Amino acid sequence: MTMIQALNSAMDVMLERDPDVLVFGEDVGYFGGVFRCTAGLQKKYGHTRVFDTPIAEGGIVGAAVGMGAYGLRPVVEIQFADYIYPAMDQLTSEAARLRYRSGGEFTAPITVRTPCGGGIYGGQTHSQSPEAIFTHVCGLKTVMPSNPYDAKGLLIAAIEDDDPVIFFEPKRLYNGPFDGHHDRPVKPWAGHPMGEVPEGYYRIPLGQAAVLRPGAALTLLCYGTMVHVALAAVAESGIDAEVIDLRTLVPLDLDTIEASVRKTGRCVIVHEATRTGGFGAELSAQVQETCFSHLEAPIERITGWDTPYPLAHEWHYFPGPARVGEALKRVMEF
Amino acid sequence: METTDGRAAEGGRRQPLRFHVPEPKCRPGSAPDLADIRLPQARLPRPPVDTSSDQLHEYAYGLVRVLGDDHRASGDWDPGLTPDFLRKGLRSMLLTRLYDQRMLRAQRTGKTSFYMQCTGEEAIAVAQAMALEPDDMCFPSYRQQGLLIARGWSLVDMMCQVLNNSGDRMKGRQLPVMYSAKEASFFTISGNLGTQFIQAVGWAMASAYKGDTRLAAAWVGDGTTAEADFHYALTFAAVYRVPVLLNVVNNQWAISSFQGIAGGEVTTFAARAIGYGLPGLRVDGNDFLAVCAATRWAIARARAGFGATVLEFYTYRAAAHSSSDDPSGYRPEGEAALWPLGDPIERLKQHLVAAGEWSEEQHAALTAELTETIKAAGKEAESFGTLGGKASSPRTMFDDVFKELPQHLRRQRQQLGY
Repeated sequence: MTMIQALNSAMDVMLERDPDVLVFGEDVGYFGGVFRCTAGLQKKYGHTRVFDTPIAEGGIVGAAVGMGAYGLRPVVEIQFADYIYPAMDQLTSEAARLRYRSGGEFTAPITVRTPCGGGIYGGQTHSQSPEAIFTHVCGLKTVMPSNPYDAKGLLIAAIEDDDPVIFFEPKRLYNGPFDGHHDRPVKPWAGHPMGEVPEGYYRIPLGQAAVLRPGAALTLLCYGTMVHVALAAVAESGIDAEVIDLRTLVPLDLDTIEASVRKTGRCVIVHEATRTGGFGAELSAQVQETCFSHLEAPIERITGWDTPYPLAHEWHYFPGPARVGEALKRVMEF
Repeated sequence: METTDGRAAEGGRRQPLRFHVPEPKCRPGSAPDLADIRLPQARLPRPPVDTSSDQLHEYAYGLVRVLGDDHRASGDWDPGLTPDFLRKGLRSMLLTRLYDQRMLRAQRTGKTSFYMQCTGEEAIAVAQAMALEPDDMCFPSYRQQGLLIARGWSLVDMMCQVLNNSGDRMKGRQLPVMYSAKEASFFTISGNLGTQFIQAVGWAMASAYKGDTRLAAAWVGDGTTAEADFHYALTFAAVYRVPVLLNVVNNQWAISSFQGIAGGEVTTFAARAIGYGLPGLRVDGNDFLAVCAATRWAIARARAGFGATVLEFYTYRAAAHSSSDDPSGYRPEGEAALWPLGDPIERLKQHLVAAGEWSEEQHAALTAELTETIKAAGKEAESFGTLGGKASSPRTMFDDVFKELPQHLRRQRQQLGY
């Protein structure tokens, strides 16, 4: 399956299993979503379970919070992560706080799916990676898969989770893995081991990182599209790096991170999002605090620049394998 | 410079533009003057609940009233309430006012940090709670404590929340008056204004999706109608024909801003409904019978599948915005006393007296009884502690952020020593 098909399958499985699961957002109903992630679902489950909404992100999330308080499990879509900001108040002040402020009386078991990330000539408002805005909000879980198998398993887990989950989908990975070599032909998911996706129900627990490449020389922390960039950079550098796909940013798999850095003594963090206040800063701080005596080199962060996402300068902005490779070398040579 | 085309004929010479900022007619130092408030005298008939919204526009500009200046009920909207029902309403309104007085005193004596009264607005929450079924879900703002009181919710429980003590079911996490009472179908109050309006719509969408019979009702103030969530709520409510009551309590003031700043200078808040294709009713918010009648109409409409109604309750915020506010800094003293719609408790009392169903003696006896009730509840609540004493364990601070305690919160709790 492609990531699109895997996500579609996850929603299909959950719509089938649980009558309290609803799917809605802009263009997700009859049309099946601008990325086809909900294709066929309205026809299969009816227009009261999978439906189109007005163009109102705050309304979509606000209505979902109310439905969650009733006892449903809405799975809503924000067409682009770049357009999630009108829903910020509902996400940060409401969904994230309902359980806490009500002493556990009311909860928001909602999932907010949203395509994120760049590398597609999306310019300023079709490329952003705003995950750090949400990891900073206590009460929200934040997930970002890097392949079809994880995407389905994590989305099912997110829908079943009783806490609100922001589910970021790197749209650059929808149709195939992308390692940042934009000058090479696009690869499909077919033939990729993580493109093998079971038809039925399975879940990948939230809060567990995946060690994609065991290594002894260096720990590389990444998620989303950067997983593929990191793997390519490692392969090209010949460095025996341990590549960890975090998969869930909150709650974070601290044990896996700490065990790896204590073993390797070096750490490089890679994300697409802008640098200042990005999630890499939190990762760097965690590693510094818990692995200080094991560190043999400064922690490096390879990220998007602190600028709005440009269109023409896409490949100077996007942290590609060359930039990551240089960082790996610097850290090894320190 | 004159233009040479037709624009000159329409507008003439181009004048400097002027920037308009609405101002209330009276400010501190001047005598209150409410002469501009026009109360429509025409009694609008009670339309059938299946009337299409485009036939109801005049209701958004009129005023649904039942009680006249003679304290008698008249007109098509008279809900025909029994004296027992009315006495029950009077009791809940009075209890709400006495509760407010007690809790404001608790704030003034340092037993709590903050309080908000609903003085003058008691009829809205109480009559609406009595018109709704007990399991219809309420999404209140911070000024509908009358809902809980009319639903018979424990006064001690409410007081413990305000006092932030060990009896507070919210474990001291919330600002006073931000109640949550799921058992009373009373949604957790948020400090963020308006968020509950669209949430109520979502809740009612869920109820409709499940084929449930429960409705949702939500409340915002006049000031909050300017928030985006108000627009989301009306849009979604109209699009999906949602069984929800969208109540706007127009008490004329949003802290220090008069309702003109919220967009009420040349129109009504009920009229907002028209553009969305929803019925909007403007209702005398100090007339217990009118509040009940209009609410029942909206309920019947929602239950019959005709969707949402916007109800504007025209009232006056007689007290300060909160215990941190001093209205003498922005509005003339004595304005509340001149409010042409009077006091809701006094009006219902006089109505019952005029009908021979109540007396000054009974009223005095009830006041004395409820004063004792509040006093006893206050003593019991304070036995669980007051501000700064007997709070819940700091260990509980980390609970309920998520369903289960994640590793990073466990570590932080340990850092705090728990």
